[in-house]
Amino acid sequence: MIRIKPYLLFLAVVFADLIIFFFKPALAAEIVSATGRHFLQMLSILPPIFLLIGLLDVWVPREKFMRFMGEKSGVTGIALSILLGAAAAGPLYAAFPLAAIMIKKGVKFRNILIFLGAWSTMKIPMLLFEISSIGKEFALTRWFLSLTGILIMSFLIDRFVQPAYDRRAAD
Amino acid sequence: MFEIILYILAITFLVISFVKDRQKTRAALLKAWKAFTGIFPALAGILTLIGLLLSVLSPEIISGLLGQNTGFWGMILTSVIGAITLIPAFIAFPLAASLLQSGAGIMQIAVFVSTLMMVGIVTAPLEAKYFGWKVVLLRNGFSYLFSFAVAAIIGVVLA
Repeated sequence: MIRIKPYLLFLAVVFADLIIFFFKPALAAEIVSATGRHFLQMLSILPPIFLLIGLLDVWVPREKFMRFMGEKSGVTGIALSILLGAAAAGPLYAAFPLAAIMIKKGVKFRNILIFLGAWSTMKIPMLLFEISSIGKEFALTRWFLSLTGILIMSFLIDRFVQPAYDRRAAD
Repeated sequence: MFEIILYILAITFLVISFVKDRQKTRAALLKAWKAFTGIFPALAGILTLIGLLLSVLSPEIISGLLGQNTGFWGMILTSVIGAITLIPAFIAFPLAASLLQSGAGIMQIAVFVSTLMMVGIVTAPLEAKYFGWKVVLLRNGFSYLFSFAVAAIIGVVLA
């Protein structure tokens, strides 16, 4: 049995698409192909990510994560978080489930934020493409600014949410 | 390219896992499936919404909006478009490059690229499912403001 409630947003958008179809069929055709492209992208990138999450969950003990990226991981944890995020490719929403399993495994929340930040805007494959299309000065300046900003923001946000996060991790 | 590496990685680990312990591998697959089906409805909703938004806000319309608006209000406008939409890099960077060539300001483009990458209003409900709204608001809010700092500094450095 499929529950309807989780699909409310999906159904609402499909309904909006239908209305557009009656008034602007050409735009609707574009919407269908754009939506199809995004689903294809999701279906190509998410299966191996979830597979890795499942294997990670079962095989890698909490202590391993805690040692390298946990509460006392210091600079190593920060560097690892940046590396993991920057080595990636793919949309940011693919990073959310990975970050969630990292939380479960005891990774320091500040490092989770750094990982998400690095994934969002510091990915190396994306940097190379940005250099070739917009230019070296622009891309590299932005990359180093992002590095600085992400570190500062992650320290700040960590301060704001740490108590709530501790409760969450304890559950 | 990255996706191929990801697949090779995942399949290699799966095979190793299967050889070492079938019971554990079963548990891992079950967890993977549960995690995926748990998030699928929200993801489906967001992807259809992105499909709709991206078609309405086509590159032509975005460049029209960006071309006419300069100064601070131009930055506000480009940052809002960047924050809402989720445009893949292979469209966004060439778009930004062609806008720069046709005379758009470097700061407007910088704030657009930065918010595009770091702020996700459309994906916020999904993000909140994993981390809670407080984290989502803080991360996206800080990133939005930070994008203006990036734009200002890029404006100075590349002037």
